[in-house]
Amino acid sequence: MSHWLPLVIYLAIGPIAGGLLAGWDRRISARMQSRRGPPILQPFYDVLKLCQKQNLVVRRGQNFYVLFFLLLVIFTGGLFFAGSDLLLVIFALTLAAVFFVLGAYTASSPYSFIGAERELIQMMAYEPMILLTAIGMYMVTKSFSVHDIAAHGTLLVLALPGIFLGFVYALEIKFRKSPFDLSSSHHAHQELVRGITTEFSGRALAMIEVAHWYENVFLLGWVYLFFAAWPLLGVAASLLVFGFVIFVDNVFARLKWRATIRGAWAVALALGFGNILALSLLHHW
Amino acid sequence: MLTLLLLLILVPFAAGACLLGVRSDLLRRILVAAVTLAVCCGTVTLVVLPTGVKLMGPSLHHHWFSLASLAIEIAMALYVLYVGVRARHPLIVALILAQAGLMIWFEFKLGSHLEVAGNLFVDKFAVIMALINGVVGGGICLYALDYMRQYHQGAHPEIADRRPLFFALLFVFMGAMFGLIFANNLTWLMIFWEMTTLCSFVLIGYTQTDEAKRNALRALWMNLAGGLAFAVAIVLFCRHSGSGELQTLIASKPSLALLPAALLCFAGITKSAQLPFSSWLLGAMVAPTPVSALLHSSTMVKAGVYLVLRMAPVIAHTRVGLMVALVGGLTFVIGSFAAITTSEAKRVLAYSTVANLALIVLCGGLGTAEAVWAGVLLIIFHAVAKCLLFLCVGVVEHKLHSRDIEAMSGLIQKMPRVAVMMLIGMAGMFLAPFGMLISKWAVLKAVVDASPTLSVFIVFGSSATLFFWAKWMGKLLEVFQPGEPVKSELALGESIAIYGLAAATFCACLFFPLISSRFVEPYVQGVYGQSASLGQGNLIIMGLMMVIVLLFPISFIHYGRGVKVVEPYMGGANLPSNVGFLGSAGATQSAVTHNYYLRALFNEAWLSRWGVIFCAGLLAAMVVVAWL
Repeated sequence: MSHWLPLVIYLAIGPIAGGLLAGWDRRISARMQSRRGPPILQPFYDVLKLCQKQNLVVRRGQNFYVLFFLLLVIFTGGLFFAGSDLLLVIFALTLAAVFFVLGAYTASSPYSFIGAERELIQMMAYEPMILLTAIGMYMVTKSFSVHDIAAHGTLLVLALPGIFLGFVYALEIKFRKSPFDLSSSHHAHQELVRGITTEFSGRALAMIEVAHWYENVFLLGWVYLFFAAWPLLGVAASLLVFGFVIFVDNVFARLKWRATIRGAWAVALALGFGNILALSLLHHW
Repeated sequence: MLTLLLLLILVPFAAGACLLGVRSDLLRRILVAAVTLAVCCGTVTLVVLPTGVKLMGPSLHHHWFSLASLAIEIAMALYVLYVGVRARHPLIVALILAQAGLMIWFEFKLGSHLEVAGNLFVDKFAVIMALINGVVGGGICLYALDYMRQYHQGAHPEIADRRPLFFALLFVFMGAMFGLIFANNLTWLMIFWEMTTLCSFVLIGYTQTDEAKRNALRALWMNLAGGLAFAVAIVLFCRHSGSGELQTLIASKPSLALLPAALLCFAGITKSAQLPFSSWLLGAMVAPTPVSALLHSSTMVKAGVYLVLRMAPVIAHTRVGLMVALVGGLTFVIGSFAAITTSEAKRVLAYSTVANLALIVLCGGLGTAEAVWAGVLLIIFHAVAKCLLFLCVGVVEHKLHSRDIEAMSGLIQKMPRVAVMMLIGMAGMFLAPFGMLISKWAVLKAVVDASPTLSVFIVFGSSATLFFWAKWMGKLLEVFQPGEPVKSELALGESIAIYGLAAATFCACLFFPLISSRFVEPYVQGVYGQSASLGQGNLIIMGLMMVIVLLFPISFIHYGRGVKVVEPYMGGANLPSNVGFLGSAGATQSAVTHNYYLRALFNEAWLSRWGVIFCAGLLAAMVVVAWL
């Protein structure tokens, strides 16, 4: 039963929490830029409004991909909160992201095409670090199961400091935040039209938003895993990481793709792999 | 059972001999279809029959056999010598003289003293390999019927029509592969091994253009180097142990068999086109597509990894194993990076083959039960999906007269059937819940359990894999310039092969638990006394994902309902043609899209140069370490 409780909570509360987080994001960002900012509930108003809009498409098939993107993101988060295999969660996440990218390709506009290509570059940039994170957690807890990792007695972050930092770096890319918002930015001033979402409108765009809410909650859940032995600390750390991501988002301008991938891979090698190397050396002694 | 094995080996040879004399297209069609059907039935029977590890030998006194095998060896050596001399290729001449001299000396000196209890054997692994060889190879032969007709009548009229030779060699190749899979006598194994080398040499050089000749010679010398290592391994092992059996070799302790096993791994690495030998497989693309498909999926390269996986128990937990694993890991990363940089479809496929085989080699090098389990799974899934992709690319090449990925833009609209089949093949190569991903997952788990630091190769390599497949999929899906759909996309033989393989890609995933529990796990259990599996819960989740993916095409029932179609945003006033727009100051701007190839980040030449240097060093180290 305890297996199912987090799953049910995630499915029900996930979008609400995600929407609220998005609202705070906009409010905090506004304050950092000396603006008042919208109400906290603004993301919900946006999505409701989007749902009432006309469905404009360039290619008739494009919105099906978005629907499956949403379904698979929910599925991914569901797997995570149901406590299943971490690697499987990553693969499901990849599948979801590929659906999104293929939808943008199908839309056949130059801007969504570039957005899709750049989204792929971003995926290539963060994927190694995400996988290394799962491997690091496995080395400490001897299990890939989220359930077992969460039930592990010690603070994972103590054994995995490098991996934790690398993971936060990868999150920056995964959240599509500056300086790694190549595929689609929230900030109008550094956007190439609207990147990967250029040709999506109405309900499809609303689905993309909701998918991001689900996704963000799931990713913060993963941050929590590093601190799962002390639940309160875990929640605080997740929120702190989210705040940090917002801060970085507002401080940096967008990087070029080459710098993005080089940086992300260098971090994955130095912090992620370095940590794993250290762990296995310690293990041998 | 013995009869079945012999039939599987001999029927393709006989068919090859017949086809050499058949010039009529109709007769060839009937013959090829009949033999393919027979071989498929044979392998399926083999699958259905209960098999443990069985040693068996034709009861004839093996003196006769060794004479016959000696004769075949000498004949093949003479042919290679002739080729080498005529092409003025001193390396080939030297390699074949060394190898043939060694083997002849060996036959006279030791041949009659060797104990060989069974010349043939069959176990679950062999059954799987036979099934791939029979069914996938058979599919390629059917496909080749239509493909080669179009090849000579439409696409390449300038090339001499040598189809009788071509089809004869396809079947000889298949027969040799069966022989290689079932051989327990190491000398026989070596003969079949060299036969596949020769067949691939002739098939790669089929067009007889300068490039083809050059690449065929390169394939020949690289594989001969492997052949020489094979010969040395046999001589060493037989002198030490007095036995000439593969099964004895596998069961030997590393102290006795490490050097022979290391040399056999070297041979396997040359044949499966790992760095530093990967260039022969890339060069092999000059051959007609069925040859590429055959080399990449069911025969040739699979023979190499088959041998490496067979050696896994011997080299497990040794330095030799570590070297083999490192070669595999490096090749995986470099192959995957190189695949990003090229826009030629067949070259991408070739790099992807090199990379995936590298994963199998990595598994063989680790040599744990879990790793071998993952390696066998990779062989199965890779064969099916890669063959499908090659066959599709071949069709597209004939219809669009290009094998550039950029030219495949909008294929979903021009050739919807082939495009969908290609998408299935690609999804099969890298997406959950398809087979290749299941096996990559298994590989990752095996690596993390055996030696977590090696996982660094896998995580970087597989993220590159994701990039080059997904952008290719995107290229097929985007339709900037709606064009005329191509008429009659697929001929009969082609559609049987392509649809069959696409169905197999799905079935291999759906029946994955069955394949694993009935064939792969018993094999691993037999060798190691323990086995691996994915666990019930994970299988259910994979099943759920499969259901979601299968729902996707069904959702297209709603295709086009409730939406309003508009022009894409171009940053100006769109022109009617949809490929351009009216920009500022009334200037007409055209819109073109190209995939990213990231050549500023990954340099193909640089990657392969350093890959060759590093892996050559590793291989040298491997032999030295085994020697000590």
